Amino acid sequence: MTLKKRFRKTASMACIGLAATLASACGGGEPETAAPGEPAVPTDAPADRVVVYSARAEHLIKPIFDRYSEETGVEVAYTTDKEQPLIQRLLAEGENTDADVLLTVDAGNLWYAAEQGVLRPVDSPVLEQNIPAHLQDSENRWFALSVRARTIVYSTERVDPAALGGYADLADDAWQGRLCLRTSKKVYNQSLVAMLIARYGEERTEEIVRGWVDNLATDVFSNDTRLVEAILAGQCDVGIVNTYYFGRLQKERGADIPAALHWPSGETGGVHINVSGGGVTKHAPRPGAAVALLEWLSSPAAQEMFAGLNLEFPANPAVEPDPLVAAWGEFEASDMPVAQAGELQAEAVRLMDRAGYR
Amino acid sequence: MSTVRAGPAVAARARPPAAGGRGWIVVAALVAVVTATPLAVAVGALFAPDREVWAHLAEYVLPRVLVNTVWLVVAVSALTAVIGASLAWLTAACEFPGRRFFNWALLLPLAVPGYVLAFALAGLFEYTGTVQTALRAAFGDQAGLPGLGARAASILTLTLALFPYVYLIARHAFATQGVRGLEVAQSVGMTPARGFRRVALPMARPWIATGVALVAMETLADFGTVSVFNYDTFTTAIYQAWFSLFSLDAALQLASVLVLLVAVAVITERRFRGRARFEAVGSGGDRRRLRLAPRAAWLATCYCSLVFLVAFLLPVLQLLAWTVQTFGAEFDPRYLAFAGRSVFLGLAAALLIVTLALLLAYAVRMRPGPLAGGFARAATLGYAIPGAVLAVGFFVAVVRVGDGLTAAARAVFGPDTAAVVLTGTVITMLLAYAARFLAVGHGPVESAMQRIRPSLDDAARGMGVAGFALLARVHLPILGTGLATAALLVFVDVMKELPITLMTRPFGWDTLSVRVFQLTSEGHWERASLSALSIVLVGLVPVLLLNRRSG
Repeated sequence: MTLKKRFRKTASMACIGLAATLASACGGGEPETAAPGEPAVPTDAPADRVVVYSARAEHLIKPIFDRYSEETGVEVAYTTDKEQPLIQRLLAEGENTDADVLLTVDAGNLWYAAEQGVLRPVDSPVLEQNIPAHLQDSENRWFALSVRARTIVYSTERVDPAALGGYADLADDAWQGRLCLRTSKKVYNQSLVAMLIARYGEERTEEIVRGWVDNLATDVFSNDTRLVEAILAGQCDVGIVNTYYFGRLQKERGADIPAALHWPSGETGGVHINVSGGGVTKHAPRPGAAVALLEWLSSPAAQEMFAGLNLEFPANPAVEPDPLVAAWGEFEASDMPVAQAGELQAEAVRLMDRAGYR
Repeated sequence: MSTVRAGPAVAARARPPAAGGRGWIVVAALVAVVTATPLAVAVGALFAPDREVWAHLAEYVLPRVLVNTVWLVVAVSALTAVIGASLAWLTAACEFPGRRFFNWALLLPLAVPGYVLAFALAGLFEYTGTVQTALRAAFGDQAGLPGLGARAASILTLTLALFPYVYLIARHAFATQGVRGLEVAQSVGMTPARGFRRVALPMARPWIATGVALVAMETLADFGTVSVFNYDTFTTAIYQAWFSLFSLDAALQLASVLVLLVAVAVITERRFRGRARFEAVGSGGDRRRLRLAPRAAWLATCYCSLVFLVAFLLPVLQLLAWTVQTFGAEFDPRYLAFAGRSVFLGLAAALLIVTLALLLAYAVRMRPGPLAGGFARAATLGYAIPGAVLAVGFFVAVVRVGDGLTAAARAVFGPDTAAVVLTGTVITMLLAYAARFLAVGHGPVESAMQRIRPSLDDAARGMGVAGFALLARVHLPILGTGLATAALLVFVDVMKELPITLMTRPFGWDTLSVRVFQLTSEGHWERASLSALSIVLVGLVPVLLLNRRSG
């Protein structure tokens, strides 16, 4: 039975039990994108459609999917939501899912998706060649597609960069009343604290986080952009942000805004990095098409777009970042495997609660 | 002629159930089954506690968020009651400069989603916002406004976003009640102020209570608004358990505790309210108004202007400014489709939900008693739990029903029969909205129905009109404004809704609120203004239509 028929049947069954007043609404029950169907059994035969569940925002993926369809003739149907609802959706749908690929941000979420068994191992020489080993799952259930760095941003008017060290040094009294942080509810900060736990252990990390909280200039922020704006406006002098938010402000207001990025050195543990990435769903109806999409996304041309659209770093080391990003200079990344952030995330959240970091 | 009688419900209570009334119990039960299913999924999780997560939450999170939540719900309920009822009284029963304008203009904030109001107000008044930046530019670096803090900012924003619920419902009560009650009060020597307190206000109490109950439930379930200010509540704790501690079980358990608390509150409120009944005698509102003394009249104008300015005009101007900045980069023809789907879903959901609400309210009227009443309460609890939790509960339930149908189909037609997939259809989506918003439709319909005297039903029955015919030919025409109010509230709520839309929409069914989510999830608040402003503009249409209808 084709997919279209399946939807028809679905819609008609749903209609039966409903009052006549709903008849008009039932007409909308058939999705606009219902396409020529695919066999429900996994097959490696070429597919002309691939279905993606994405927690990466639409404006960052649509141009890339459009390009893919142009080049290959394969239609990409996608739906977006937060990570956790998407994972629950895959769990609930089980074998009947129509999704082939799960795209998400943050290694913690990729780790959790793999833990929950909604992703399958992929054996692809192309992905192995394009994506470095430390940016993929050890069992090949997910692969990073872009790298984001979370680092220190400071006011060039009020801070001497020589005074800056690693993340832990922001707990020093020198920064009393000068530090801005985003809320601990954001997974980026949870991953950062997870990295600190991996490096310093729980006790020392809790001291560091308490030091941060003592140094706060104002209540925590709900997003990174406001945080950088607060530094520009003089509300605080130093903070921690994902670099692309800073890049976006540079793009809007010019590269000469009075703030700059500082890269923590290797001796202090290096720069905290995280990834966005994807994997093939366990019950993908079109696994061949799913792998083909991921392979294409890891290719140099797609990588340039994928990272460039959001001013992130390409996961494929053969690809240069956007010139604006490249101008920030080289940095030494933390050597912690990105997936470890997922394993330590719950511990990090509890630690931040104890330390009073809201 | 129009007077209102308030008194014990002896006659109504003693009324025997109508013939054929048993069928209405089934109707109430069916409505409750559809809308309470996701709650059942959540409550089911209570029996498998995630001890590690609970121990942490109990020590470090719950004590603080409970205090925060009580503060928020009590303060927002009290403030919306005072602001909503006072504005309703002024525009419905008094005469002052600008009354005709404020009569409809004060409904406009209804179309502004709480999370949009929050980011617009923050954009205006935060340290880096428009106002403080201008102050520093004019008067130096030390100039500025004192910080409100997360609690006050959240209370203020939710009050401004939600007071129209009380205003809309209470205004209807005051408008149909007219000044006659007040005249009676004056004739026995009460001042107008005392007459308002002793006569008009008590008579409008069920309507104000209905509005405040909706506000309290919406406040409990709010995530978007409090997140902008980083104010931690019970709902943010639910999200934390799920998204950060990776424990959906703990999140569902917290949500079911919330549901139980709300159920207790609702039952208590019903008992409290159940002692009195309020029925309009006669039909048609009294259109005469109380003339305020000049000073009082101008005070009233200033008060209405202030609320209108902060709750609507300033935030909308801020959105407009951002939209102008980002329009070139953000607009594309897909916006027409986003808006079209938002309107379609709002209308379809309003139709479905008001129909269900009407059936439910009528069923309870036909078969008063704990059973039908219990179904009605269960059917409307979904409004109090966070949308994302409800969305998952609903999704899981729908998938299970689909699996059951698949198994049944395969048993009958053979193992190769295609799977029944109920998710990803608009029907499922609308039913999920019903699970969330039935309370919003039910409140105004129920209040309006209480105003119909039971003697009217008896008279109709005496003439051989009963059951559905009584509903269709006698009640429906009288309920007009109540139904329109319910439909309007559901329409704007569905337009603003996010988590259910995200989780249950078919492929490609992006709406205006989905667009706001896409952009704000990446911190593009300014770019999201176009979608946010579109939600406001589209939401204005039914607000204005309703206003023309109710005069």
